[in-house]
Amino acid sequence: MSYAKSKFRHPNLEVNDIGLTYRDYEGVVSTLCAGCGHDSISASIIHACAELSIPPHKIAKMSGIGCSSKAPNYFLNRSHGFNSVHGRMPSVTTGANLANKDLCYLAMSGDGDTASIGLGQFAHVIRRRLDMVYLVANNGVYGLTKGQLAATSDKGAKNKAGEISPFNEIDLCVMALQLGASFVARCFSGDRKQLVSILKAAICHQGFAFIDIISPCVTFNNQANSKRSYDYVQQHVSTGAVSDFVPVKDEISCDLPSGNYHDICLHDGSLIRLYKVAKDYRSDDKLHAVNMIEAHKAKQQILTGLFYVNPAIDTYHEVNQTSDTPLNQLREDALCPGQRVLKSINGSFR
Amino acid sequence: MTINKKNELTNDFVIRFANTNGTGSASANHMFAKAIMRMGIPVSAKNIFPSNIQGSPTWYEVRVNEQGFLSSRGGPADVLVAMNSQSFARDLGDLKAGGTLLYDNSRQQDLTSIPENTTALGIPIAEICLKEYHDPRLRQLFKNVIYVGALAALLDIEFEVLKILVSDQFKGKEKLITPNIFALELGYQYAHTHFDCPLATRVERRDLIKEQILVDGNTGCALGAVYAGVTVVGWYPITPSTSVIEKFASYCQRLRIDPATGKKNYAIVQAEDELAAIGIAIGAGWNGARSFTATSGPGVSLMSEFLGLSYFAEIPVVLMNIQRAGPSTGMPTRTQQSDIIACAYASHGDTKHVLLFPKCPTECFELTAIAFDLADRLQTAVILMSDLDLGMNDHLCEPFQWDDERQYDLGKVLNEAELDAIEQYGRYQDIDKDGICPRTLAGTHPNKGAFFTRGTSRNRNAVYTERSEDYVDNMQRLARKYRTAAALVPEAQIRQQHQVADISLIFFGTSAQVIDEVTAIFAEQNLTVDSMRIRAFPFGAEVPKFIEQRNNCFVIEQNRDGQMRSLLINELNLSPHSLTAILNYDGLPLTARSVVRMISDARTVAPIRQGGQR
Ligand SMILES: Cc1ncc(C[n+]2csc(CCOP(=O)(O)OP(=O)(O)O)c2C)c(N)n1
Ligand code: SF4
Ligand SMILES: [Mg+2]
Repeated sequence: MSYAKSKFRHPNLEVNDIGLTYRDYEGVVSTLCAGCGHDSISASIIHACAELSIPPHKIAKMSGIGCSSKAPNYFLNRSHGFNSVHGRMPSVTTGANLANKDLCYLAMSGDGDTASIGLGQFAHVIRRRLDMVYLVANNGVYGLTKGQLAATSDKGAKNKAGEISPFNEIDLCVMALQLGASFVARCFSGDRKQLVSILKAAICHQGFAFIDIISPCVTFNNQANSKRSYDYVQQHVSTGAVSDFVPVKDEISCDLPSGNYHDICLHDGSLIRLYKVAKDYRSDDKLHAVNMIEAHKAKQQILTGLFYVNPAIDTYHEVNQTSDTPLNQLREDALCPGQRVLKSINGSFR
Repeated sequence: MTINKKNELTNDFVIRFANTNGTGSASANHMFAKAIMRMGIPVSAKNIFPSNIQGSPTWYEVRVNEQGFLSSRGGPADVLVAMNSQSFARDLGDLKAGGTLLYDNSRQQDLTSIPENTTALGIPIAEICLKEYHDPRLRQLFKNVIYVGALAALLDIEFEVLKILVSDQFKGKEKLITPNIFALELGYQYAHTHFDCPLATRVERRDLIKEQILVDGNTGCALGAVYAGVTVVGWYPITPSTSVIEKFASYCQRLRIDPATGKKNYAIVQAEDELAAIGIAIGAGWNGARSFTATSGPGVSLMSEFLGLSYFAEIPVVLMNIQRAGPSTGMPTRTQQSDIIACAYASHGDTKHVLLFPKCPTECFELTAIAFDLADRLQTAVILMSDLDLGMNDHLCEPFQWDDERQYDLGKVLNEAELDAIEQYGRYQDIDKDGICPRTLAGTHPNKGAFFTRGTSRNRNAVYTERSEDYVDNMQRLARKYRTAAALVPEAQIRQQHQVADISLIFFGTSAQVIDEVTAIFAEQNLTVDSMRIRAFPFGAEVPKFIEQRNNCFVIEQNRDGQMRSLLINELNLSPHSLTAILNYDGLPLTARSVVRMISDARTVAPIRQGGQR
């Protein structure tokens, strides 16, 4: 069952640039377990989209199958959503994007959906440079099928049933970097501030943006010995830089902050403002990013933050030279060559 | 040398070319077939090739028949052009007694197993090439052209026709015209000087071709997709479907570039596998672009889960299945119609799909265009069931035609104003009671019409539910939609007289090629034939009607298990006794002779009961 939320609006709710409040970006009431990390991701998405003033109907929510893939029902009610097939969201999103390049594709997947059954599609959608935001709600287990270990679990990790992960983990951020993603970040669902600003930057980034979001499963992987529990993540999380998102309209007006920061200008003119925490932090070098991630792992730490961004990469449609009008809007006049041409084609078969 | 002129075979013979894969013989052989067509005589051409890329034997069989019987004739050929010394001895077995052998005698060939009364004509083709050409590549290439020249003399093909063909073929590459004509002349002159030309087996100009064209079915599908307004394609290479995409891409490069910007009005993605290929097509369909993928049997297996999604989530997509024999290590370059059941019921749960069965390249074009209208109208997958014989061989057929007044039927898709006009939108509300519910596309309306697409766990308003009543309600509506589909798909084509004939045939797809000839053979035995050609699944009302009017029908199909027969019995609740299977599954194109033989056998083994069970 889904529950309709009350339509009551607090009269003092802040409206954004297109006259909407954050409540206009909400979805139906979540049916996920109370405390599920995925619900925090939904909340962050609602805030990020509301604050960016994106018309919700210009967003398409894409997902595969899993608790995480159900989550898009719990945000952005005014957006179309597609809960597709387990592990195949990337191909469906590819087709949707080819058909209409003018929408924002916000995709939600799980670690089972992406790192196991969908690993091939994950790799290829990155390689294809699809302009989309790809989120993985990483809880180390298969929530929906009741707690089996996922391939993102560290070697030696134990799930609630006591099973131990015998093999090395797949690090989706490292893979994304290697495969050429132009925006790669890791966040913790519990750190709303960081997640919202990185989400905003990912949405404004033109190109393939990937965010691996550690998102604890309270039901199957939140026990004392788990490495994906709230407690463990909170104790072991570390960041290279605190990121802030500065939209285009605020750039001139805002006071320049003090301290050690670095701006990255995105395609649409907005800025990602990074306040360095780690001395050697940088965001323009894939190899360096991989080293940072691995070095933290060696210290039993989970590195979060924006790892890499390349704001000036050609996306699929630029490579393909697709028409400026979205393909789904073209009609007979642009698509059908007509009988006269067909006559001459027939001539070539005589 | 004297030539046997006893058996007159004017405009009625089969010529078989035995070549080596990758030596450029295909285009020379194609030129030969086209020359006969240009002389106004019906002709067909079939490639028989192994799946190896280079170095192994391949055969090309041309049938010339002025009655228009153009299926594979079967049996030994009247003329054999044996150009592959490795398969030479074996190839001799494919020549009729009293036939004509044309071969390269530059090297000694073993003629001991030659059939009786063969007219063996040796031409030192390799030697001629060695003398005339310096470039080893040209030496190889022009060998083929030389034997075409010799055949022109032997079979009385007008040389002028060949010359024009060459100029047409190399339009834009004029440098190649003269050397090709020169090579043709080398062969032509040699034959005239050394042999008594023409042979009894020969052609004679007619005017039987009119507007017809000689083309393969995959080209028809590709052009059909261009004309139907396809903009998105996802695909993964597999013989024999690959050329659909290749042709689609090349026509798009010519016809689909925006004149103002130079940009593409299409996007083609070579995906990582067939799952992604159809996922891409379905994603595009969800967003309102016409899209398709093309594959063959193994690909259909991989696409099966997505076909279920298309059915349950109600998303238009077109799948072209160019059927081939068996699994990947079987006979991937041989033809069959063996995916009927796999496609009709593809996927998990209660699924049924719309299938279309083209019989010739013209119908590949027409049914492809119809497939896109049906997919959009019915919001579901439509599968075009072609096969290797149809897809990759050249067939003589009516020219492609497009009515410039024709508009795409994009089905029930609500725009912003239409959404404004209704009070409450529900994605799965069957307002018209035809099982088809209006859909909306992302980005249409700021606050109306959005919904969450998923499988079946939803009610009429696309709200999540696991209530049994809602599930059943939805499944019943889908069944209703399927009945609507049965009335929308192309009708079966029925040929009958007032009285039920002695023999009633049911067939579909490429089996159509043999029917006229089968009818003619039975007519010689004073047996009448009527027939029904199925063009689509679900079956329209005319299909059970035809069957019920008869005690027994023969269902001709190219698979082992009589899949169409099973489908008819199952879907129409027929008695198995009403349908007798006539099956061919050797991977080779169907022949009229084998069909006649099987039907005759079946009639003697089990004489049809008068007033038998229905
Ligand atoms: C083809 C197929 N295989 C298996 C399943 C069963 N299944 C549903 S969700 C899921 C795993 C989901 O795990 P994950 O992506 O990590 O999502 P989570 O529930 O943890 O958020 C599986 C195996 C399925 N739906 N489809
Ligand atoms: S099972 Fe785990 S992942 Fe699924 S909803 Fe519950 S807490 Fe979230
Ligand atoms: Mg998971």
